[in-house]
Amino acid sequence: MRDFSYYRASSADEARHAALQSGAMLLAGGTTLLDLAKCGVMEPETVVDITHLPGLGRITVDAGGATIGALAKMGEVADHAGIRAAFPAVSESLSLAASAQLRNMATIGGNLLQRTRCSYFREPDVFPACHKRNPGSGCSALGGVTRNHAVLGTSDTCIASYPGDLAVALVAFDAVVELGGRTISVDDFFLTPGNTPERETVLERGEMITAITVPASAAAKNSTYLKVRDRQSYEFAAASAAVGLEFEADGRTVRDIRVALGGVATKPWRARNVEQALTGKVLSPETVEVASRLAMEGAVSHGANHYKIELAPRVVARAILKVGGLV
Amino acid sequence: MTIMEPRKHGDASDGTVGGRQTRFEGNLKVTGGATYALEYPVEGLAYAILVQSTIPAGRVVSVDAEKALAAPGVLMVLTPDDDMGLLVASDWGGNRPENQPYYPLPRQVQYNGQSIAAVVAESREQAVEAARLICITYEQTPHVASFNDTAAGEGKVMDNLTSGWGDAEAALADAPVQIEGEYSTPREYHVAMEPHGLTVKWDGDQITVWEPSQWSHGMARSYSEWFGIPYENVRLISPFIGGGFGSKGAALAHGAVAAFASRKLGRPVKLALTRPQNFTNYGGRAATRQRIKIGATEDGILQAIVHRGASETSTYADWPEQTGAATPILYKVENFSSQHRVVPVNAVTPGALRGPGKNPSAFGIESAMEELAYKLGMDPLELRLKNYADHDYQSGKPWSTRRLREALTEGAEAFGWSKRSHEPRSMRDGNQLIGWGIGCGTFPVIQAPSEAMIRILGNGRVEVVSGAIDMGQGTYTILAQTAAEVFGIPVDQVEVHLGDSRLPGAAIAGGSMLAGSILGAVHKAATAARDELIGLALNDEKSPLRDTGANTLTFSGGRIAAPRDQGPSLTLSELMAALGRDEIEILRNTLPEGATAQEQHQAWTSMAKVQGPTMGEYSMHSWCAHFAEVRVDEDFGTVRVSRIVSAFDCGRLYNPRLVESQWRGGIIMGIGQALLEEGLVDQRNGRTVNGNMGDYLVPTNADVPHIEVISVGVPDYGASALGGKGVGEVGIVGVAPAIANAVFHATGKRVRDLPITLEKLI
Repeated sequence: MRDFSYYRASSADEARHAALQSGAMLLAGGTTLLDLAKCGVMEPETVVDITHLPGLGRITVDAGGATIGALAKMGEVADHAGIRAAFPAVSESLSLAASAQLRNMATIGGNLLQRTRCSYFREPDVFPACHKRNPGSGCSALGGVTRNHAVLGTSDTCIASYPGDLAVALVAFDAVVELGGRTISVDDFFLTPGNTPERETVLERGEMITAITVPASAAAKNSTYLKVRDRQSYEFAAASAAVGLEFEADGRTVRDIRVALGGVATKPWRARNVEQALTGKVLSPETVEVASRLAMEGAVSHGANHYKIELAPRVVARAILKVGGLV
Repeated sequence: MTIMEPRKHGDASDGTVGGRQTRFEGNLKVTGGATYALEYPVEGLAYAILVQSTIPAGRVVSVDAEKALAAPGVLMVLTPDDDMGLLVASDWGGNRPENQPYYPLPRQVQYNGQSIAAVVAESREQAVEAARLICITYEQTPHVASFNDTAAGEGKVMDNLTSGWGDAEAALADAPVQIEGEYSTPREYHVAMEPHGLTVKWDGDQITVWEPSQWSHGMARSYSEWFGIPYENVRLISPFIGGGFGSKGAALAHGAVAAFASRKLGRPVKLALTRPQNFTNYGGRAATRQRIKIGATEDGILQAIVHRGASETSTYADWPEQTGAATPILYKVENFSSQHRVVPVNAVTPGALRGPGKNPSAFGIESAMEELAYKLGMDPLELRLKNYADHDYQSGKPWSTRRLREALTEGAEAFGWSKRSHEPRSMRDGNQLIGWGIGCGTFPVIQAPSEAMIRILGNGRVEVVSGAIDMGQGTYTILAQTAAEVFGIPVDQVEVHLGDSRLPGAAIAGGSMLAGSILGAVHKAATAARDELIGLALNDEKSPLRDTGANTLTFSGGRIAAPRDQGPSLTLSELMAALGRDEIEILRNTLPEGATAQEQHQAWTSMAKVQGPTMGEYSMHSWCAHFAEVRVDEDFGTVRVSRIVSAFDCGRLYNPRLVESQWRGGIIMGIGQALLEEGLVDQRNGRTVNGNMGDYLVPTNADVPHIEVISVGVPDYGASALGGKGVGEVGIVGVAPAIANAVFHATGKRVRDLPITLEKLI
C-alpha cells in the first residue's frame, strides 16, 4: 500500500475543501477504500476522514419521508424502526447486503459509492486493460469470465455491474441524494458507462454526499427487496428486485408500482417499462409475468451472464406477486 | 524463549479415551492465547512479499528492480537472477535426486500467479509498495489454460492407477440395463482460515521456522535438504494451525525464499501470503472429469462398471486426483475397468484437499448409481443394499470391518427415508421443490509409525510429548485422554506438548492417519511408563507399596494402590516423592523392534514406512452414507440444503464430540463443493480470477442446515492399536453426490458438473 497523508476534517466545508486536492479521497467506513487500496486500484495521496463530522449520522423518519445522514451505518438504517415501517425494501436491501461486521462499519454514503466487483477492475497488475480504471486502456472483461457482469446499461467500454443493494431500493422510491449545495435523484446520480465508464456518478471533485432523503409513499410502505444468489448470505446479487405497490380501493388494480433491479445492470436500474405496463391493470400472475419480461428490454449478454436475462424477470415477478399478496 | 507454555483444559467431564472431553486447547484459542506462526514476537523482523507472474507460460527475460531497491525501507530484492544455492529436497517417498539445484523463484514461468521475485523491507507495507515497482520482462509462450482447452489433449494414462478385473466391456455390452454419464468437478481450494506464511530466524547454521504445518518433521527435512544443513539444525514450530485440509503438509517455495532472505540478511524474516496468493502459490484440488458406464440386470444387479477419468496437473509435475479411487470398492461388481489420466495445464501443481481422490471419485460413482436407480425405477437405497460388497473385489481381501450396510440402514431410519416418494418433482412445499438423495463415501485406513514420550513429573503431572500436530482435529485432547486413562488421573493433570520438529517423530496429519498412529505410540509409551512406575513402586525399598505383596498396582481416581486395597493408596506425586524421583521419562515408538536411527528418521520424515489399506491381510477403510434434503426454488434455480443425516463407520471413536465436529466440518465443506466452490479460470491468460474470499464462495453459517451424525462403527483393532479408523477425510466424501442426487429428485434435472449453481437449474 502506498503511503498517504491522513487528514481529519472537522466540518463538512473543511472536508469538501480538502477533497478538492488532487489525489484526495474521503474516508467514511473504509470498507471500499481500504479494500481497493489493497488491490492497488485506489491510490489516495490524502485520505480525508469524515467520520467525525457532527450531525451526519442522523436518521429521521416522519410523515413526509426519511432523511438518512450520509454517515449512518448500514446496520443502523436496516434496524431503524421507522425505516422498517415506512420503507421495508430499504431496510431489507441493507440487511441482505454484506455481512454483519461490514454493516456495522460501512456508511450509507459510502454504500452508494461502492465500486464494482468486476474481477478485471480489481486486479490491475494482471489485467492492465480497464477503461474504468484507466480510460482508453480497453476492457478485459469482454471475452473473459463474465458470470457476474451486467446485461443492462452496458457499453463497448464497460460491462461491470453495480454491486449494491440499497441504491436499488432508493431508485425505486425516488430517493434524492443531498450533496450539500445541490440535490439530485438517486436515479440521475448514477451514470451508465457509455464512453466514460470511469465516471460512475455525477459527483464532482470536492462534493460530498451529506444525506439521502426518501419520500414516503404507499408503495414504499408496501415494499420488499428480493435478492437471489447462490449463497444464502454474504454474496452479491445474481439478480435482485426492489418492488413497492399501491392498489386502488378495489384491492386489485394497480395505482402505483415501483420496480428496480440490482445485480444485472451497470447502475441501479429502475424498470419504468414494467411499472407502466402494470399501472392501472388488475394484478394477476399472468399480467405480472408478461410485464416482468419487459425489465430485460435492451439486455445484452456476454456469455456466462446470459442466465441473468432469464433470471431477473422471475425475480421481479416474484417480488411483485409478494407485495401484491399473490404468493 | 518458552515455546510451549503449559496448557490446561477447562472441563474434565469425561477424560478417558472415548469420552466427550471438550477441546483441550479450546480456551486458549477462543481467548486469543494460542500463538500462530505469524504472531511470534521475534525481534528485528524484516518483511518479505512475493511477486507473481502475470503470464501463464514463458520465461523471465529480465527483472528491473532498480526502483524497488530505491524505495523506502527496502532491504533486498530476490529474482530468478539470484542463485540461492539451494538443492532439491526429497519427495513424499523420501527419494531425492543427487545435487539437483532448486530454484524457488524460477526463470521458467509455468503458470499465471507463480512466484518469481520477492521483496524484503523494514515493513510489510514498504515491501508491498516496492513490489509494485518491479518491472518484469517476459518472453511469453503458448499456454494451456485448462484441460477443457482444445490444446490440452487427452493427457497421459497413470499406469499405477489402472485397475480392472473380469471383462468389463463385454459384460457391459451384454447388460440389459445400461447408463452412462460424464461427471466433472472444478478446481477447488482449501481456504483454510489461517493463510500460509512463516517467520524464520537463523542462529549461525541453526534455523528456527515458525510455520503452520501438518507435518513438523517432514517439513523440517525439506528445509535441511534445501539448505544443506543437518536435520538437527532445523527446528520447525507449529503448535497451532488454523486449518490445513491437506495444504500444509509440505514445505513450499515461499518457505525457501523467506529462509534464504533471512540467512542472507542476517535477520529474522516474516513472509505472509496474501489471500489471493493462497490460490496460486500452492495447489488446490485438481479439476476432474470422469465417464462412467454401468451395466446391470433388470432387477438391479451390477454386471459391469467401466470408468475413465482425468484430472488436471501442472506442466512440471504429475499429481493425479484419482477419479477411480472409490469406484472399485463401494459395490459388488464382477467386471470392472478403470483408468485415470493426468492432463498437464499451465496451473500450479494440484495438491491434496480433504478426501483426495475418493471425493471426486464418489461424486462420479454415487451420481451414476442414482442414475441407474431411476432408470430401473428402483429406490436408490435398495439398489445400494442389493449390490453390497461382501468383500473387496479389487484386492480380493476381506474387509477388516465394514459397517456401510448399517450406515445406510440406520442413516435411512434417522432420515425418514421410507417416507420418500420416488418420482422426481413429487415432493413440494409452496414454490419449493423438495428432494432427497444419498451419497456413500469411503476413505482408506492408512497406517504409519510414530514415536511419543511420556514424562511423569515429581509434582504428579504427566506430560505427553510429540512432534505431532493439531490443526483443529483434536490431537491435544485425545492424547491427554489417553494419558489420563492410562494413569487413572483427571485430564487436567496432563500436559501435552505438540508441534515441534525437535520433539519425538510422528506421522503426517494427513490421509486421516495421525490419530491412529500417534495414539498407538502414546499409549505404548504411557503403559511403559506406568509399568516402570509399578516396578519401582513394588521393588524400591523407599516405596510404601513395596510391602503390600501385590504383583501389580491399579491406577484409578487419581490414586495408585494394590489391586485389593491391601496397603496404602498414593497419588502420583506422593509416590514420586516417596521414590525420591523428579521425573520418569519414557520414549517409545511403533516401529518394529530394533529399527535403526536411520530407519526412525526415515519413518518420521518421509512416507516410506506408510502402509496402505490392503497391504496386510485385510482391506481396511472408513465408510459413510449421507442423506441430504434440498429445497430448490425452481424459478430461481437456488438450492438450499435443509437437512443432512450422515452415518459413519470409522471404527472406535476416541472422542465422539471432536469426531462429530470433524464429520460436520467435512459435510459443510461438501455443501460448498456441491453448490458454491469453483476456481474460475480466464482461458486467455490462465489466471484464476476469483482467488479471493469475496468471489470464491464457501458456505456461510446460513448455508449450513441441521446436520445429524451417527456412528455405526465398531472397534477395528486391525486398523489401529486402539481400534479407530480415520475420521477427518471421509466426512466430505459422498456429500456432493448426495446433494446432486437430491437436486435431481427435487427437479428432475441431473447436474453432472459441480458446483450446482443456479444457472444450471433455471
